Amino acid sequence: MKCFQCQDKAIIELQHGPVCKNHFIHYFEEKVFKTIQKYQLLEPNDKICVACSGGKDSQTVLYLIKKYLQTHHQDTKNLKVLAIDEGIKGYRNTTLKDLKQFCKEQRVELKILEAKKELKYTLDQALKSLKKKNQLEKPCHICGVWRRYLINKGARELKCTKLVTGHNLDDEAQAVIMNIFKANTSLSAHLGPISGIKDYELFVRRVKPLYFCPEKEVRLYALIKKFPVKFIECPYAEEGYRAAIRDMLNNFENKYKGTKQGVISSFLQILPLIKEKEIKTNTKPLRECKICHEPANQEVCHACKILGVLNEK
Amino acid sequence: MEIVITFERENSTKKINFKGKTLEELLLQLKLNPEAVIVTRKDEILTEEEVLKNKDHLIILSVVSGG
Repeated sequence: MKCFQCQDKAIIELQHGPVCKNHFIHYFEEKVFKTIQKYQLLEPNDKICVACSGGKDSQTVLYLIKKYLQTHHQDTKNLKVLAIDEGIKGYRNTTLKDLKQFCKEQRVELKILEAKKELKYTLDQALKSLKKKNQLEKPCHICGVWRRYLINKGARELKCTKLVTGHNLDDEAQAVIMNIFKANTSLSAHLGPISGIKDYELFVRRVKPLYFCPEKEVRLYALIKKFPVKFIECPYAEEGYRAAIRDMLNNFENKYKGTKQGVISSFLQILPLIKEKEIKTNTKPLRECKICHEPANQEVCHACKILGVLNEK
Repeated sequence: MEIVITFERENSTKKINFKGKTLEELLLQLKLNPEAVIVTRKDEILTEEEVLKNKDHLIILSVVSGG
């Protein structure tokens, strides 16, 4: 198969035709840069924090944010990288090793927040302790709460005004469909290229430059660029509801090209209405957690609730 | 024909007896969705139309991360 633009060997068939390695890179980078501009994800004076796990999405978004700043003659000194070490033995240490190497190569400052230091427990310790107390919490739930909590705290401590994440088109399409299937419309109000429904001083606004990039394209880009990405599975990873939605969407995409993009395009048309409704009817606006003073939608934030259970004797 | 495949996700290598011609047919035989994998041969990224040869050594990379 030949590239429709230059007749070189194609590496992927996009919706508008097959493309070679060079034209794919150009197409992919343009798409990310246009997303940043169209949705005003970054402003000239923003202090940017890129949340990184060390996987393909976060390495790609970090590399492209740096490239975007350089091509737009903006200072890359305002770019910081934040990683969370939840304390998962045999997993996170490997991905963080890749990330440290990548940040060194990219000459960007990396800050690692450790759950053990910030929350007094590693995830491994917390799960062991909860099991003893017969509190059967799902590992991914606790991990998600801790990560969101620490990423926001870390970005604020770095005095950053924007928090960049590596969420891709597949992540977002899965979330949209999951929220529809489970009738969680109010959760969808927080999706979109810029997360959240309104500004709140304790909450650093999250932006998603890879919003229109299918996961396969991100993996391909990371592969071509030879980013240090190894496949390593989290010991707590489980094939749950999201995985079923992911497989369903991939099956549809394989049969009917453009399905995932269709989900996102339709969603973006109705997102302003969902946000408006959520602002009018939201009974849980963001406030300060009475224990840790981090943002919460109840008196006590989710992270402190988990700690409360862990600290019970 | 015989195809040698290294699976990144499982970190394993297997020999496969393949009666088809193209990568698309091989993925179908392996019950792998082309959306979920990237296939390389000698560092070259292959499209589904690629015609395979006897004794080809392919690497199948997982698109999905392990987190």
